[in-house]
Amino acid sequence: MRVDRTLRVVLAEDSVLLREGLVGLLERFGHEVVAAVGDADALTTAVRAHTPDILLTDVRMPPGFQDEGLRAAVELRAQRPGLPVLVLSQYVQRAYAAELLDSGDGSGVGYLLKDRVGQVEEFLDALRDVADGGTVVDPEVVRQLLRRRRDPLAALTPREREVLALIAQGKSNGAIARELVVSDAAVGKHISSIFAKLDLPPADETHRRVLAVLAFLRS
Amino acid sequence: MRPTNVWQALAARGFLRSGWPWRSAGYLLTGIPLGIAVLVGLLAALVTGGVLSLVLIGLPLLALTALGGLPVALVERRRLRLVDDAPAADPHRAPAEPGLRAWARLRFTEQATWRELGYTVLFALVLWPLDALLVAVLLGAPLTMAAAPALMATVGHGEEVKILKTWTLTSYPAAWAIAVLGLVLFGVGVYALTVAAGARAALTRLLIAPVDPGLGERVTQLARSRVRLVDAFEAERRRIERDLHDGAQQRLVALSMALGLARLDAPPGPLADQLTKAHEQAQAALDEIRELIHGIHPQVLADYGLEAAVADAADRSPVPVDVTADLPGRLPQPVESAAYFVVCEALANIAKHSGAERAEVRMGHRDGQLTMEISDDGTGGADARDGTGLTGLGDRVSVLDGRLSLSSPVGGPTVLAVEIPVEIPCEWTERCA
Repeated sequence: MRVDRTLRVVLAEDSVLLREGLVGLLERFGHEVVAAVGDADALTTAVRAHTPDILLTDVRMPPGFQDEGLRAAVELRAQRPGLPVLVLSQYVQRAYAAELLDSGDGSGVGYLLKDRVGQVEEFLDALRDVADGGTVVDPEVVRQLLRRRRDPLAALTPREREVLALIAQGKSNGAIARELVVSDAAVGKHISSIFAKLDLPPADETHRRVLAVLAFLRS
Repeated sequence: MRPTNVWQALAARGFLRSGWPWRSAGYLLTGIPLGIAVLVGLLAALVTGGVLSLVLIGLPLLALTALGGLPVALVERRRLRLVDDAPAADPHRAPAEPGLRAWARLRFTEQATWRELGYTVLFALVLWPLDALLVAVLLGAPLTMAAAPALMATVGHGEEVKILKTWTLTSYPAAWAIAVLGLVLFGVGVYALTVAAGARAALTRLLIAPVDPGLGERVTQLARSRVRLVDAFEAERRRIERDLHDGAQQRLVALSMALGLARLDAPPGPLADQLTKAHEQAQAALDEIRELIHGIHPQVLADYGLEAAVADAADRSPVPVDVTADLPGRLPQPVESAAYFVVCEALANIAKHSGAERAEVRMGHRDGQLTMEISDDGTGGADARDGTGLTGLGDRVSVLDGRLSLSSPVGGPTVLAVEIPVEIPCEWTERCA
């Protein structure tokens, strides 16, 4: 577990129980929760006031208990591009993930199932990745997408799918190589092949990774 | 097809040979003595009541006269059977409690009672004289003409006879000519009489045997209550979903988080293993409750609408599903809800029973209807009746005036088609967007 920097976090979660729990967890690992709020309006206000390193928010919030949290996050990202946002959702849903990734250029966003906070280390890793401008998508969303056929991804080999799924989870080439027990060069080859098949022009490496993930989600 | 009333009989072949002309004539003829009796009865009652009202005893008698329509209408409804096989329903309600007072109170407040009284007066003053006139003109006159030669031979002593007080005949050839004309007119008269009887019966039915007066109202009430039931059911689903989400689910997430932290702190050993097990259990419980909540009321449907929710259902299906949708945006909530659950049920059935390799969901909107087709390339032979849950869905769809049909020949393909009108009458739903 890496604890390499302290993040200033704005936390929005309507359940008091979970809010307290998350504050405890984040502070225990050295992050600073600059504001912990319980509804979407307070969320917007807090982000404007504190300019946090990352916004961690629930999808469903008062007053309407629909997707106010997500709406507020998307709104904020439109106003301040590059604001990292990690959204916790109680469901796996492509529509939410796609909307979130469409805000800005898709970097510095994460969409995780709420249950993942129980896997403390992975959760904290994801939080840091997003704060560093990475893109993290819950493995469950990825799993669902891989079930689908007849889309741009149909051309990918099973191995390439695996690699793409790992990219979508915000993993680096090195991490992917370790996970699949192959060399870094092999991973690089897979990734260029994926980019070619998804018709992504050679450009800035990270940006292309994000686009691949987006293609993955929009399919 | 045997004719069941005079109108059908008129159009049927062999009308003149059938019993219908007789029945029509019988209907009109029996009306005459009955009408006279009713007239006499009414007059007697009014006069007696009027005279006796000076000594007060007449007032209840007059009140009773107001109920005179009841027996008359009873007989008239019976008589309708002469020209119409369709039953004429009694429009009166049964009193809620026994006893003469309850009965009288109900009868005096019923619309039907006063309609019947009105009919009785009309019958006594207008209808029976009209019946008599029709029978005389349409049957009597032609028959008299047809009898001209006979009359000539008997009453006229072979020299001179007056027919219908207009023609004076002085020779047999003229008498025979009139007789032939009379027979022709008789044929025409039979048709005219039947039409008259039909019209007369229709008037009677309109006044004293209206087609179940409250039926339309009751159907509307039933339809509304069905819609209300479905709405209540939906609201209840949302409430359960909220409660589960705000309660059990949050607690489980907190529990999982606490266990996750505890695992980080625990030194390796049996305790850490126990914690790991507990943590896995908590995660499994979370997975289950998440699926349960989603099944009860998918949030994505409320947030993004039918298209996104169906795409999501397709994502979850173990059988690969292609979704094509061309919808104009958000639809009324009850429509989205019913349509979504139909798709879910259909996809679940496909996964369970069909053995299909692929399935397809097509959704579109045309002519004010949401149309959906859910098809698969499985073995077919599906039956909506054998407990597939489609029956309940059919009910849900029909509440919205929609239709659900299943075609599943053995060997496939199976196609489930759903049509739901999107303009739901506002009077039925309290929610009109």
